[in-house]
Amino acid sequence: MELSGAEIVIRCLQEENVKYVFGYPGGAVLNIYDEIFKQDKFKHILVRHEQAAVHAADAYSRATGQVGVALVTSGPGATNAITGIATAHMDSIPMVIISGQAPTPAIGLDAFQEVDMIGISRPCVKHNFLVKDVKDIAPTIKKAFFIAATGRPGPVVVDIPKDITAHLGHYEYPKSVEMRSYTPILKGHSGQIKKAIKLMLEAKRPMLYTGGGVVLGDAADQLIKLAHRLGFPVTNTLMGLGGYPATDKQFVGMLGMHGTLEANMAMQNCDVLVAVGARFDDRVIGNPQHFYNKDRTIVHIDVDPSSISKRVKVDVPIVGHVQSVLAEMNELLDAETRTPDAAALKAWWTQIEEWRGRNCLTYNRNSEIIKPQFVIEKLWEVTKGDAYVTSDVGQHQMWAAQYYKFDKPRRWINSGGLGTMGVGLPYAMGVQFADPSAKVACVTGEGSIQMNIQELSTCKQFHLPIKVVLLNNRYLGMVRQWQQFFYENRYSESYMDSLPDFVKLAESYGHVGMNIEKPADVEGALTEAFNLTDRFVFMNFITDQNENVFPMVPNGKGLSEIILAEDL
Amino acid sequence: MKHIISILMENEAGALSRVAGLFSARAYNIESLTVAPTEDATLSRMTIVTSGSDDVIEQIIKQLNKLIDVVKVLDLNDGRFIERELMLVKVKATGSFRDEMKRMCDIFRGRIIDVADGSYTIELTGSGSKLDAFLEALDKAVILETVRTGASGIGRGDRILKL
Repeated sequence: MELSGAEIVIRCLQEENVKYVFGYPGGAVLNIYDEIFKQDKFKHILVRHEQAAVHAADAYSRATGQVGVALVTSGPGATNAITGIATAHMDSIPMVIISGQAPTPAIGLDAFQEVDMIGISRPCVKHNFLVKDVKDIAPTIKKAFFIAATGRPGPVVVDIPKDITAHLGHYEYPKSVEMRSYTPILKGHSGQIKKAIKLMLEAKRPMLYTGGGVVLGDAADQLIKLAHRLGFPVTNTLMGLGGYPATDKQFVGMLGMHGTLEANMAMQNCDVLVAVGARFDDRVIGNPQHFYNKDRTIVHIDVDPSSISKRVKVDVPIVGHVQSVLAEMNELLDAETRTPDAAALKAWWTQIEEWRGRNCLTYNRNSEIIKPQFVIEKLWEVTKGDAYVTSDVGQHQMWAAQYYKFDKPRRWINSGGLGTMGVGLPYAMGVQFADPSAKVACVTGEGSIQMNIQELSTCKQFHLPIKVVLLNNRYLGMVRQWQQFFYENRYSESYMDSLPDFVKLAESYGHVGMNIEKPADVEGALTEAFNLTDRFVFMNFITDQNENVFPMVPNGKGLSEIILAEDL
Repeated sequence: MKHIISILMENEAGALSRVAGLFSARAYNIESLTVAPTEDATLSRMTIVTSGSDDVIEQIIKQLNKLIDVVKVLDLNDGRFIERELMLVKVKATGSFRDEMKRMCDIFRGRIIDVADGSYTIELTGSGSKLDAFLEALDKAVILETVRTGASGIGRGDRILKL
């Protein structure tokens, strides 16, 4: 069967069971958009900026586990997509981004809207392809989906010149992919797994430290089973939240720069550390030299061999899919006669409870100004802990991570690795498409929300009932916090002046806007907003300008050099 | 420590830039890099000379393996291997220098491959350190031009890098 390249692209996406394509048309992709017009198997979501298309597709993937798909034109369409692609790459999100390209004969001649997308995207993709022949489209897209979703997932760019989408070619979608250069390891080494079990059973002060890999690898159930069987404390990274239920008594909270005292102290003082789908990054363990001051044996389970022994030397590396490795551990423990050292574990928990007793997340509940933490706590109550929460980047992100207790994986959607301001609203869009009846809250700041605020228009077009929770402190709060602590209160360019009237802005798009200025009104506003199940509601909470995020491990310091609010 | 890393990769456009980009993005050293197709036209073989601590070399090998186009990676320094590099040197060869240059070339088992009125061009192969030694043995003033290919390496005996 002879089809045009554009038709082949559409057929391939249908073959991959794609439900939504987030995109923005332009010259180089006109042939593809013409074919989109003629079909109804998947829906195209027109955004207002290509960056938002990639973020929305990324969030769709984070919420569902499926490969997110974005479509952009050449040149500026492609460069606008880059921030979104880099964001997905840092957090290992499976995506396929199709970009248009100048026609083949024009490539390299500085053609209109030409940019070397392969070169520009190379450092921030898992892989990329330039399609040079219509017969290569189907095999390339098949490979792109395969590479994106397997091993350590990541974004894959497929760059297609305009003339290729017009050429006719034979179409057949490949049934399977064989790549001699790409064979991800799934099953962990049994010998290493047995070694890890022995260490865990002999541990006096064990600790489970789990990251985004547990969420992305759908391994939460196996993790819960393992943790409950062993009775070990569990901490999650920012990316790992929801991978272990936050309301479970073995959960000691998030760790890292703004982690809890109990999580950071347990991390520093444990004797056997089991890292699962986490990568010991600088925001998590702080200064590696300080981390080395205490002796501990480290087991590291990760699908990506290059994540192991990258920042911290590991004793028992286990390369494999975390779900499969944890399942094998649980099976071995089923058959195991030895049990963890109960007395040692009891003493360890006594120590942890002492740290927990310091209540490191306390804040002033009698304030007459709205405390941002209070808003998040109320958000958790009003949504019964069952909402999807997307966030932008900054103080509000940390408060959302600390105070919204995520009990399920894929509910906390944020940019952990790249720290991209502006993701919150497009993330909420992607999540709402993934689960149209779900409660979706976008926790944001007045700085971040303005970085993709044009998407209020997309939300109107598609009637998305997202609830924006704007913690408005009229500052780039995290920047201000660092300037206060480390730059002697020189608030260089961190004050946000000339803010719009957010209520009027929301209303101008046909949305509901609310200003909330008193703590007593917080719960009522949230309840009212979530009762408007079919409306987009923009809640502008005027919060305390001077509130800081605590606890805090200052940059370059060690985990036990943590500062609590009460220390200042 | 200096390491010689051999890579078999898909012979595709852009594969070289993926490797070069990886080294610059992660701040790894490249002392030299050579690449050419193999007897199997779908594969290229690359030899990279790099240096770093054991931890850095371990990361380099892992990161190279992570590149989708890379089929196999071998750190030649993990076993016995042979290293060879080709150098062409154009030297001043006038008057008494003409005999002197011929003798030096013979001592290092080089070959004179071009003779002109005032110069010789010498071809020399060997390990990088042998080529260095030859250049050091010459008076700087007589060296008109040098060009080196960068090292190629191959394992000894049964050590074979092939699909």
